[in-house]
Amino acid sequence: MDDQTKSLIQNHIDNNEVCLFMKGTPDAPQCGFSMAISNMLKILEVNFQGVNVLEDQNLREGIKIFSDWPTIPQLYIKKEFVGGCDIVKEMYENGELKKILEDKGINFKK
Amino acid sequence: MAMDLKEIESLIKEALTDATVEIQDLAGDGNHYSATVTSAQFAGKSKIEQHKMVYNSLKGKMGNELHALAIKTKE
Repeated sequence: MDDQTKSLIQNHIDNNEVCLFMKGTPDAPQCGFSMAISNMLKILEVNFQGVNVLEDQNLREGIKIFSDWPTIPQLYIKKEFVGGCDIVKEMYENGELKKILEDKGINFKK
Repeated sequence: MAMDLKEIESLIKEALTDATVEIQDLAGDGNHYSATVTSAQFAGKSKIEQHKMVYNSLKGKMGNELHALAIKTKE
């Protein structure tokens, strides 16, 4: 991964408390897994930034190396990698996602 | 590009020798699977670490030959 891609990713993570690297946008997701996380965040009324990796091939490959995680979507909360679709879905269902949002001081619908 | 269910199972078991692996072909297309992996080696590890162990066992196939594998890990 080149330095430019790395700093682009770092900027997204630093500047957005809740940052979702996804295929497509929150309004028009291009993949069911990306749509799933995006919808969970919408239901919880979390203000998040969707980053469309399909717009940039370097970003699409770079984020996998950056997080050491082979799939997209990827959710970051306050600069911490939370997980991909399976983990976030599990956390949504068992209440851990709300807990992490609460612990990190992110506004959401309680 | 698709992967055989048995191939996924044997790769996971090769890396996590004590694991119980249940795989379902979700769409019947050899391309969308779900795997439930139970292993004592997950003990004390975060979900992210557990999923990484499964991804690593697939030796880079995840995200390439293997488009969609939903993973659930249990200790």
